[in-house]
Amino acid sequence: MSAPSLNAALLLLADSRLPAGGHGHSGGAEAAIAAGTVRDLPTLAAFLRGRLATSGLVSACLAAAACALSAPAAGSGTASAPAGDDAGERGMPSPAARGRAAAGVAGGLLGGWTELDAEADARTASPAQREASRVQGRLLLRTARRIWPSPVLDGLAEAVPEGAHHPIALGAAAGAAGCAPEEAALAAAYTSVTGPATAAVRLLGLDPVAVHRLLADLAPDLERTASTATAAVTPGLEQTVSTVIAPGLERAATAPSAHTADSPPPSPAPTASAWAELPAHSAPALDLLAERHLRAGLRLFVS
Amino acid sequence: MGASHEDHHHTPDPHGRALRLGIGGPVGSGKTALTAALCRALGQSLRLAVVTNDIYTTEDADFLRRAGVLDPERIAAVQTGCCPHTAIRDDIAANLDAVETLEERFGPLDLVIVESGGDNLTATFSRGLADRQIFVLDVSGGDKVPRKGGPGVTTADLLVINKTDLAPMVGADLTVMSRDAAAVREGRPVLFTSVRQEPEAHAVAEWVTGVVEAWAHEHRHAHPHAHAHAHAHAHAHDADSPESSAHDTGSPEPGHGRDRTPV
Ligand SMILES: Nc1nc2c(ncn2[C@@H]2O[C@H](COP(=O)(O)OP(=O)(O)OP(=O)(O)O)[C@@H](O)[C@H]2O)c(=O)[nH]1
Ligand SMILES: [Mg+2]
Repeated sequence: MSAPSLNAALLLLADSRLPAGGHGHSGGAEAAIAAGTVRDLPTLAAFLRGRLATSGLVSACLAAAACALSAPAAGSGTASAPAGDDAGERGMPSPAARGRAAAGVAGGLLGGWTELDAEADARTASPAQREASRVQGRLLLRTARRIWPSPVLDGLAEAVPEGAHHPIALGAAAGAAGCAPEEAALAAAYTSVTGPATAAVRLLGLDPVAVHRLLADLAPDLERTASTATAAVTPGLEQTVSTVIAPGLERAATAPSAHTADSPPPSPAPTASAWAELPAHSAPALDLLAERHLRAGLRLFVS
Repeated sequence: MGASHEDHHHTPDPHGRALRLGIGGPVGSGKTALTAALCRALGQSLRLAVVTNDIYTTEDADFLRRAGVLDPERIAAVQTGCCPHTAIRDDIAANLDAVETLEERFGPLDLVIVESGGDNLTATFSRGLADRQIFVLDVSGGDKVPRKGGPGVTTADLLVINKTDLAPMVGADLTVMSRDAAAVREGRPVLFTSVRQEPEAHAVAEWVTGVVEAWAHEHRHAHPHAHAHAHAHAHAHDADSPESSAHDTGSPEPGHGRDRTPV
């Protein structure tokens, strides 16, 4: 992506100071430290690389998909409405761009959220991680709904009342803030390593500058992860566009006032496989650590 | 944001919900002991729930549950990842979620107590989380502490100086503490307690009762147009039936419809 087209809201979303509860989670770092797996800079670097390549990439994909589903309708009720078209050209293939004008209708009103959320569930083997992801998603969404009010975010909260998975909430919030899917993916990849890195600084007393150096070294990998994720989302998005959004557009054209989250029209769910081909890299060690962490007698972080 | 549509799903609205009381203060000063005392003293007259912010695991929540001062289900624990002050001041999302979950499950409530993790003299509650706050010091930290000030000591709605029973043992002069606290607090109240000797902390309970009553009087209307910044004082109208209206919109996010166990 070229620098001038970056959306400044991305910085707010990725900032650890965003008041969305992230500070209570260590992304598995606390359990890895307790197990002795992470104990110094080299072991932390390996942990972060492994996390980025597995759950980081999957999160980036889910965030990109959620952003693509949510961005276009996000403008209503906010000042960012005109960003829609530009954002559509940025980093998105043309079928997606075509669908953007109505994709929010699909995500928010036609059941696209539950399908994507189920894909996230299927990619999160550990119940402890699933719960942690949902809690963080719920907190992020509650915060994002006040910062970037949007019927799309209301629709997500309604579609997944127990709390959407964190990457989905992140992608939807990015969309509501006017960001492009690749930006959402980058934010997801970034937070997948900064959370554990900060926790390691606190728990091990590592030199914070040295840890930030590790993060800087990962920057090219973050960008690669975001591009990979954005590309991986394309087929699912095309399928959603043709099976859900196009029909949804027709309906919306005949009933334009249905464009509010208060009155979701009953409609068919998209075919079950729309997002099935998204990457599903798993990290069994992270799964086991998450389960162990939940049962640990002493812990500072929720996850 | 669009002032055109009613945005009460997003804007915290104090109307028709419980008073949120923050209890903060340094490590070990007696916050949990005071919370337990308030539950003992007020459990019969007020509908209560408690959120604890533990440093490690769920120590304080477990203590309160074991103490049998409140239905264990009404006690929720939030973990703060090494940063207790962050969770009550800079990023209050997890605490708000816990408070609202309790209100949804057990509401309408009169009072939700949020006990912060033990922290330093600068840790205060965000106004977005706590409507009123108590700062708890103890005499064993030395009689110089009130003089040191800090936002907790100077600005809390009530300063409690606990463990007066230890004063002779640590050589703390209570009159010095009282004088110094008064000097920095501009007339805001200070109460001395020994929860050890007086397990219901009557004076504090009385102060809390007064605050809860004033709150209920000001906010018993579930505000019909809840957008914008509904400030307490601007809406202190006479209410009709407090109970009936409080029930429907007990949460600031009535449309959220969450249905699960506390965090
Ligand atoms: N002597 C005496 N001990 C007290 C009094 N109040 C509390 N304690 C004791 O002080 C210790 C700490 O009390 P807590 O209520 O756990 O203090 P806290 O502020 O909640 O502590 P953290 O949450 O860990 O910061 C416990 O051992 C209490 O029994 C008191 O009035 N007198
Ligand atoms: Mg305590």
